[in-house]
Amino acid sequence: MGGIEQILTLDDVHVHYGAIWALKGINLTVGEGEIVSLIGANGAGKSTTLQAISGVVKSSAGKTTFRGEDITKVPAHNIVKKGIAQVPEGRRVFANLSVLENLEMGAYIRRDNKGIKQDMEMVLERFPRLKERISQVAGTLSGGEQQMLAIGRALMTRPKLMLLDEPSMGLAPLLVKEIFSIIQEINQEGTTILLVEQNARMALQISDRAYVLETGRIVLDGPAKELARQEDVKKAYLGG
Amino acid sequence: MLKKYFPSILACLALAVLFTIVQVGISGGLLSGYWITNIYLMGINIILASSLNLINGFTGEFSLGHAGFMAVGAFTGAIVTANLGLPFPLAIIAGMLAAAIAGVIVGLPTLRLRGDYLAIATLGFGEIVRVVLMNIDYVGGASGMMGIPEVVNWPIIFISVVLSLLLIRNFIGSSHGRACLAVRENDLAAQMMGVNITYYKVLAFVIGAALAGLAGVLYAHYYSIIQPKEFSFMLTFDVLVMVMVGGLGSLTGSVVGAVLLTTASAFLQAIPELRMVLYALLLIVSAVFRPQGLLGEKEITLRTFERWGGVLYAALNRKQTE
Ligand SMILES: Nc1ncnc2c1ncn2[C@@H]1O[C@H](COP(=O)(O)OP(=O)(O)OP(=O)(O)O)[C@@H](O)[C@H]1O
Ligand SMILES: [Mg+2]
Repeated sequence: MGGIEQILTLDDVHVHYGAIWALKGINLTVGEGEIVSLIGANGAGKSTTLQAISGVVKSSAGKTTFRGEDITKVPAHNIVKKGIAQVPEGRRVFANLSVLENLEMGAYIRRDNKGIKQDMEMVLERFPRLKERISQVAGTLSGGEQQMLAIGRALMTRPKLMLLDEPSMGLAPLLVKEIFSIIQEINQEGTTILLVEQNARMALQISDRAYVLETGRIVLDGPAKELARQEDVKKAYLGG
Repeated sequence: MLKKYFPSILACLALAVLFTIVQVGISGGLLSGYWITNIYLMGINIILASSLNLINGFTGEFSLGHAGFMAVGAFTGAIVTANLGLPFPLAIIAGMLAAAIAGVIVGLPTLRLRGDYLAIATLGFGEIVRVVLMNIDYVGGASGMMGIPEVVNWPIIFISVVLSLLLIRNFIGSSHGRACLAVRENDLAAQMMGVNITYYKVLAFVIGAALAGLAGVLYAHYYSIIQPKEFSFMLTFDVLVMVMVGGLGSLTGSVVGAVLLTTASAFLQAIPELRMVLYALLLIVSAVFRPQGLLGEKEITLRTFERWGGVLYAALNRKQTE
């Protein structure tokens, strides 16, 4: 990875939920402009890793650095100002607010009205389905549309790094493909991506590098293409 | 140009008419003392219901402490005028401030926690306030305070109601209000968008508490006598019913709920047992048939009247755009 600037570094990060030791010393880096994916079985600690980065859960030890700044102790509501947006597991759109209001909430921390307007147009162009449903209440959108809205809302924060937690969950194969190609597009336009996925095959296809998580520890990491060829990875995560 | 201000002008006119009708009714002797009292109570209940709705409806918390905050306001205000001999406006400021501080003390530790802690904490708070007041001789102990100046009149009630509603409406309509709404909808996502959720929960809670304090000051300076036992959980329950019947998350709903239930209990004053049955029934009926309340989250606006056949407004509007 010579030459790539590290945008995010996790250094021996631990998380405890009461007596449960969910992360047992995570070391991980994401380079500027990369797509990095995090794969692993249910309960391995993938979501917890993303939440530790975004400050939603507190790490009990270790250090998180983003663009050279120690953000370990930064409260969750200030993380987005640093340039990290999270698309949470299960989408978590504001169900009783309209599509437009959801997107506006994405720009909550911003005051540059011109830039907000531009980004709104950009998001609606990328997701024509959202444009058609702009005043529809978000709770009545289909699962796929809600996922698009969650991604659109995160884009409205104008992030440098986007954390995506299982964006393909519960979507039909065609839509999964669409979501993945959208993630690639977003990446090509300059946003670094850290992706958590159950759909390891697709994730490894679009990623530069990947980490494999098992019960709170990273057990494997490397270039995505190489991991996809390894027999044990194939067996455990790629269904044969 | 005119069209833009038309709704506000119309609203002001409607308020002026309402104010004048009641004022004429009072000074002209057309309203009996009983109904004057109930009109004042209506105003106080509107403030209580709309401010509780700000907490329970708009931010999605569940407070049961309104009687407590009202008591803090009432007794603080009464101390300022009756015990210290200071003017009434100071009583309003002190009463609201004291209730707001109480709101911070109760809200700050509990609103950080998820779930039903606030309901339990505020319930406890209400009881503690009552018991403590009963045991302070300076405020009359169990028999309460007497000789509080009776300065509250219709203009004071009216202005207090209008200002309270304006404050809540502007808060909800601002970016602060949007943040509160996002917290209610999904606090985790709100946090991820940069909303300081504890701050907004506490802010809305404290505004609600301060307004309950205002209601308490008005109450004390209308009746002139206040007793701790009046501010029991039953009072909070009454306000809760008004909010639920009107619609959680609808400001105009709270006004409707307060007016309806104050009127109903005015008719049932002679048989208080029946009143409680009615309230309980209303709560059950609305929970079964219309859990969102009469208005749900909708607001009554000029548009509503327009739709309901306000031909006049539509016609006027047309003429202006031509
Ligand atoms: N809020 C919580 N309280 C207690 N334990 C938790 C909490 N959240 C997660 N855990 C535990 O931490 C461990 C890791 O959970 P996490 O949600 O990070 O897994 P995951 O890899 O995202 O799984 P999945 O693929 O099912 O989403 C699990 O054992 C889980 O039970
Ligand atoms: Mg997960």
